[in-house]
Amino acid sequence: MNLTDEQLLDIYYWMRLTRAIDERITLLYNQGKILGAAFSERGHEAISVGAAGALEDDDIVAPMHRDLGAYLVRGLPAREIMAQHLGKVTGTSRGRDSNMHGLGDLSHGIIGFVSMLPASLPVTVGVGLSFWLRDEGRVAMTWFGDGATSTGKFHEGLNFAGVFKLPVVFICENNQYAYSTPTSRQFAIEDIADRAAGYGFPGIIVDGNDVLEVYEATKAAVDRARAGGGPTLIECKTMRMLGHAFHDNAEYVPDELLAEWEKKDPVAQYENALIEREVLTEERRQEIESRVRDTLEEAQAFAEESPMPDPADLEKGVYHEPGCYWEQQVNSD
Amino acid sequence: MPEITYLQAISDALWEEMERDENVFLLGEDIGAYGGAFKVTKGFQERFGPKRVLDMPMAESAIVGAAIGSALMGMRPVAEMQFADFISCAFDLLVNFAATNHYRWGSPVPIVVRAPAGGGLRAGPFHSQNPEAWFAHVPGLKVVAPATSYDAKGLLKAAIRDDNPVIYFENKYLYRHVKGEVPEDDYMVPIGIADVKREGNDLTVITYGAMVQESLAAAETLADEGVEVEVVDVRTLKPLDEETILNSARKTGKIAIVHEAYRSYGAGGELAALIYEDAFEWLDGPLVRVTAPDTPVPYSPTLEDAFRPNAEKIVEALRDLATY
Ligand SMILES: Cc1ncc(C[n+]2csc(CCOP(=O)(O)OP(=O)(O)O)c2C)c(N)n1
Ligand SMILES: [Mg+2]
Repeated sequence: MNLTDEQLLDIYYWMRLTRAIDERITLLYNQGKILGAAFSERGHEAISVGAAGALEDDDIVAPMHRDLGAYLVRGLPAREIMAQHLGKVTGTSRGRDSNMHGLGDLSHGIIGFVSMLPASLPVTVGVGLSFWLRDEGRVAMTWFGDGATSTGKFHEGLNFAGVFKLPVVFICENNQYAYSTPTSRQFAIEDIADRAAGYGFPGIIVDGNDVLEVYEATKAAVDRARAGGGPTLIECKTMRMLGHAFHDNAEYVPDELLAEWEKKDPVAQYENALIEREVLTEERRQEIESRVRDTLEEAQAFAEESPMPDPADLEKGVYHEPGCYWEQQVNSD
Repeated sequence: MPEITYLQAISDALWEEMERDENVFLLGEDIGAYGGAFKVTKGFQERFGPKRVLDMPMAESAIVGAAIGSALMGMRPVAEMQFADFISCAFDLLVNFAATNHYRWGSPVPIVVRAPAGGGLRAGPFHSQNPEAWFAHVPGLKVVAPATSYDAKGLLKAAIRDDNPVIYFENKYLYRHVKGEVPEDDYMVPIGIADVKREGNDLTVITYGAMVQESLAAAETLADEGVEVEVVDVRTLKPLDEETILNSARKTGKIAIVHEAYRSYGAGGELAALIYEDAFEWLDGPLVRVTAPDTPVPYSPTLEDAFRPNAEKIVEALRDLATY
């Protein structure tokens, strides 16, 4: 694979930014500034960034609650994501949806998800269907967890995509748990990738903590889909490093398992690899780090200074009509 | 009588029913060692073992389907939806299979589906809904929605012993906000019987679930203003206790219907129709509904507070009605 040094550093930037925002969200939750629930994608950065990075601008993504990196790579501004977490009107959903939910913006090619996992999967198949019907050469991609593969939506969606050979890439984040449920109680097979055979397309396994491996495998699947070769299921093996959501201290996860995966931290691992390859110099590292910090601090300041939604807007925008709420600017001061 | 939380009442009902009848078993996501998202079944797997407290794959239609199948074989499954919102994923099995089975070929389907519902917890559009009307519309299902610890325990026991599919909406806001006295002896609250939670001669509030507490608080405020409000907790949405509702409507002649769910085609419409049909001559004013508006449940506090009915909004509506 021929990624230039600049491309490699770009990936590094997104990984660092994702980690930094993720850690800040964790902090804000612990400070009581995020109401309700919120999720961490710690340990999933290679999957969200690596897979999203393999797409072209006019492709479409439908990420889920552990894919902060995918939203960022697609260009959704960090400040909007931060404002969303604080329930502010300047958040992507204007305070209507919570945390990573509803971070949808088609101007960035992003479809926001709902909690009924993996509802975005059959929807992504539909996106792929439209690309196929209109012969557009575009690709649709969605992410989902190991738990989500137990649902009818998963199986129905894969089957449909297989029959029509749709240009869809399915990214499964096998982080070994669905809330408190280990994969051994979720399905009776070892590898989710095996499911693909039943639907007539390839299923492959990658190290979900190795961003370049994720990128490479996804790029190949995307190229194949674009060329009319049909869907691919990519199972990324990883580990959920924190609880299901922040309220969950995940006592049910053995410490040794976490310790083992901590050594494989995707961000640190990639950083070390780039240093070893002399792509990441100390100077570049500092430069990237300061860009990350600037974006992060600006995002938080913006979110904190933004107003809450106006209760008078509560009932606006349930239906679309010309000039409706979503076609108006919100007053953000 | 000991005072216990609403959540404890639900937990105790399950525990006692499992002790009583070995055909009672639980199935749901993360309900075993983890004890459920809200810890309703904490400690159950230690006591009853993994075969009676089944951790299920994340698949609500499989959970409800399995409940129906085992019920047809004489078992008494209690399925937990992690949040009521996810019951939509099992909708087909409930409204088409469980609901129609007995009518079509005579075999009862004694399942209970527990559905933690309701908002006020900043949980956003998919962890806050009140989907009772979706099911109360369907012949063959029973739908209950307790408001107190006493009713929570008694209705759950009745639901488990009922030979029909019962959807049990437990309100998440009430879990730890409500405490109440519960007898130590075995008792049931019969399905299909409403309860007058407060007597009054001037106005009637007809409500259920989390809005019972809010309505009682509103009634206190009105009492200070010299207006005596009767609060009828319907407890069971299907089948509806028409007699208790109509008696109160005829007594006061002024009725407000309060629910947390969306307004249009909600339970309020059905209750209003019942009263117009059978108590019209006794009415001294228009029926009033205090409900959530017809929007998804918003996350942000400013929006959710505007969305969700509460004592203050009920007081306002009652004051208007009192002066009509
Ligand atoms: C259909 C459905 N049922 C239940 C839930 C509640 N729930 C939220 S996330 C989750 C676990 C999801 O696990 P997985 O798919 O592995 O994704 P992960 O959170 O591990 O990334 C559950 C059970 C849900 N969101 N959707
Ligand atoms: Mg998982």
